[in-house]
Amino acid sequence: MEKNSLSIKTIVAIGIGAAVFVILGRFASIPTGIPNTTIETSYAFLALMATIFGPIAGGLIGLIGHALKDAVFYGAIWWSWVIVSAFVGLFIGLFAKRLNVESGIAGSRQIVTFNIVQAAVQAVGWFLLAPILDVAIYAEPANKVYLQGIVAGLSNIVTVGVIGTILYVYYAKTRSQSDSLAKE
Amino acid sequence: MAVEMLSYIERESPVHRLSGVTKLVIFMMWSTAAMLTYDTRVLLFLFAASIAIFIVSKVKLRDIAFVLIFILIFLLLNNIAIYIFSPQEGVNIYGTSHVLFDIAGRYNVTIEQLFYQFNITLKYFVVIPAALLFIVTTHPSEFAASLNRMGVNYKIAYSVSLALRYIPDIQRDFRMIAQSQQARGIDLSRNEKLVKRVKNAAAIIMPLIFSSLERIETISNAMELRGFGKKKKRTWYSTKAFRHADYLTLFIGLAILVVSLYITFHDGDRFYNPFC
Repeated sequence: MEKNSLSIKTIVAIGIGAAVFVILGRFASIPTGIPNTTIETSYAFLALMATIFGPIAGGLIGLIGHALKDAVFYGAIWWSWVIVSAFVGLFIGLFAKRLNVESGIAGSRQIVTFNIVQAAVQAVGWFLLAPILDVAIYAEPANKVYLQGIVAGLSNIVTVGVIGTILYVYYAKTRSQSDSLAKE
Repeated sequence: MAVEMLSYIERESPVHRLSGVTKLVIFMMWSTAAMLTYDTRVLLFLFAASIAIFIVSKVKLRDIAFVLIFILIFLLLNNIAIYIFSPQEGVNIYGTSHVLFDIAGRYNVTIEQLFYQFNITLKYFVVIPAALLFIVTTHPSEFAASLNRMGVNYKIAYSVSLALRYIPDIQRDFRMIAQSQQARGIDLSRNEKLVKRVKNAAAIIMPLIFSSLERIETISNAMELRGFGKKKKRTWYSTKAFRHADYLTLFIGLAILVVSLYITFHDGDRFYNPFC
């Protein structure tokens, strides 16, 4: 691994990650039946990428991916939530680094840590940051944006908890385990 | 399911000829002005100006009609939601209450509320043409070059350009995987129950994500072999040099930003209050 924080691999991971985030956000979000609430599979992917490639990649995938998705499919960028996406990617990456997913070990300890990290980061992001920014930037009614934030936050925490965990375990399985060699 | 997305449209117009840097700066200043102000006079002026630029750009309405319809539906739903959650928001902001008629309980219709929601809607109508125009008139690779010229690290600018380059490819991958999984009987439509549907979605996003991880490997190896990132700077194939029109546009944009912020904040309030 290079010491430079922006290795070529990170740059490519940001680019491709943002593109996948756009596509998942547009095509692979499942309506739950509650209005305006969808299961956003893209956040499970964001959590995985942040865990693998670290905070800079996570934050930039959230930022670029979300801004591009809004821009090319909806024509208007909802900045407050774009910032929250960047925040979620950045902080999951920051805390999940110690999981060391590259070691290929995904036991219950790692899974629990991964989920505590993602739930805590997303709770701060969606329950606090998103409504505050909505009120500050768009001057929307506070009770509306807090409810939207809580609903989106809960649904995203559950989504990352289920799909993100599956992705995490599968990815760890594709790495060769660091303790896979035994002395004969 | 052919889903349309906004992309660069090649036309010959003064807006297309401007350098990407100019358009990016104008877009950012425009969004800032529209985000900060709630002053109806400023919003109306910005709206009129963006319509004028739109006509100059020779982008046809039908080029972007699909996005516009989507946005209008979103705005309608958003307005209904704002009213349901906070029918007195306008009264709180403007401090007076001119009731037109009552519905039930705290749900009455006041001129203040209508005016507040009119302003919210107007804010979108100011930002949307600018965003649409920026996307439709700036070539993706010139966009990356402009980001770099504005001081964004060229590696990050390059990853934005990579993202734009690979969105169509990943969309095609997604469609292929979805179709082949559907051929195996995995149903994604709303005929399935929610839990099953989530499982089925996972069957599609898994191959997509893992093939993308492999793609990252391939591309970064290719870039490594070509020596990407060895130097502090790089040049871009598609940059446009600054011309007089660019300086003029930037100057006018800056003037509009300053004036609109001044009008908005000189009385210490973001909102223009016609009621007092």
